[in-house]
Amino acid sequence: MATPAAAAPASERRDHGKRVVIAWIVLSVIATPLVVLVLGPQLPPGHATVQAAGQVVDNTVLTAIVTPVVCLLAVFFVYALSQFRHTGGALVDGPPLRNDNRVQVLWIVITSVTVLFLAAFGTYELLQDGSGGGQGPNPIALPSGPKLQIQVIGQQWEFTYRYPSYGGVETPQLVLPANTQIELHVTSLDVIHSFWAYELGVKADANPGVDNIAFVKTKGPLTFHVRCAELCGLWHGYMFNTGRVVPASQFASWVKGQERDFAPVAKYLPRYSTIYLPDPQRRAG
Amino acid sequence: MRATGWKLLGVAAVLAAGGVLIGLYVGKLATDQGSKAYTVPVSQQNGHPVVDLTIQTVAAVGPAFSPAHPDYVSYLVRDTQGKWLRRTVWRLPANATVHVTIYNFDGNSGLRNPIFARPQGIDGNSFMLDGKPTAVINPDDTSHTFAVPAYGLVVPLSGVADNAKNQCGYAPCTLAMAHRTITFTFHTGKAGHYRWQCFVPCAAGWIYGFGGPMQTIGYMDGFLDVI
Repeated sequence: MATPAAAAPASERRDHGKRVVIAWIVLSVIATPLVVLVLGPQLPPGHATVQAAGQVVDNTVLTAIVTPVVCLLAVFFVYALSQFRHTGGALVDGPPLRNDNRVQVLWIVITSVTVLFLAAFGTYELLQDGSGGGQGPNPIALPSGPKLQIQVIGQQWEFTYRYPSYGGVETPQLVLPANTQIELHVTSLDVIHSFWAYELGVKADANPGVDNIAFVKTKGPLTFHVRCAELCGLWHGYMFNTGRVVPASQFASWVKGQERDFAPVAKYLPRYSTIYLPDPQRRAG
Repeated sequence: MRATGWKLLGVAAVLAAGGVLIGLYVGKLATDQGSKAYTVPVSQQNGHPVVDLTIQTVAAVGPAFSPAHPDYVSYLVRDTQGKWLRRTVWRLPANATVHVTIYNFDGNSGLRNPIFARPQGIDGNSFMLDGKPTAVINPDDTSHTFAVPAYGLVVPLSGVADNAKNQCGYAPCTLAMAHRTITFTFHTGKAGHYRWQCFVPCAAGWIYGFGGPMQTIGYMDGFLDVI
């Protein structure tokens, strides 16, 4: 006993394909602009810094490209459910699938173009300013202009921050001036941590003995969250705090206050170094 | 068919026994003596809750407190009868003043990051060390710290000199033995579960002092259970 599909004439079988393609194109043409214009601006991590805003663009591009793929799957799924439903009688095999060179070529071309475009786009975006990622001790993507250097020191289980431009003062708080290009030097005193400032769009591994450099250009005032993103021991889950981006004048008075508060310990701090090591005998790198 | 049934029953029995053993082990870990909460007695001053918390740090907790790990460095807390307990989860009232006394019987290990030699988050940002007001100590002379990062609280504890007489071998240590006395005051905020820890890599015998008691609640780590 033949299936309905097998029994149908060739012209009708081809209609299934046409219907699916037309429905897919119509749905994609509607959904993709909606994703870009409505969902895109809401995607993480927000627009608080130049790097974060760049990541929103990246996420929007990726989501826009994946939208037609999702539409194709959805259309085919719904179409198959509605058109190829078995309603009675004995189950038998459908017609055999045969090779179609046009489909294969089309598939290879579309996927290759998509992957190559994404590779080129991602490389271009990374080369702009590093996209907030740690670039190691010799960064390739260097933003232009003056930069404020700040060292991020991970240790079990708290991040502390050194400001070499301000006498090397170290504090447990991260405060950044607004509208400033920041050069973060991320390292660790003990085990592997990862400095993740979500709203800043920065994530960089903190390894002992490694100077991992990441850049971020701040915008307006902001409170952001910092957490460790690398399992680092008992209190890893508690290794978080908040930081602030403040106007430049407020930053200047804050850093003066920190220099005053931590003056008693200043003489004991090691000479500023881009790396530190867990061995107490080599503490200052 | 019957043989297959017996096989299945055997597999189920082995799995069940394994589950029970794992459950018992996890239960033992979860009910470790050190992780039980100790409720610190509260008094009232002008309607404000006030707490006196007395603790000690010891180089080796000893078999009486920890038969499994007698050589672990540890904190102990003193109850109202003056008895020392190996408990590192302390229940405190919210928005209270907490007067802390720490008797440190351990020697110096040295801080990995000297910034923690500066007390933070306590009244006056200074503490009393053997009766003297202290705003900073030499990081190399630090034995341990008492730190509650969520409160921004860090207090460095000076160690007993290497050549001090009558040093305590293992807990419980008495005040007749060589020790340093550290007192300070801080304030609890809203209710919550706040971890406390030591920043000195003080786990002797572990690589760079990281492991063992530094990674185990009930020794050098615990919670302030603020209610």
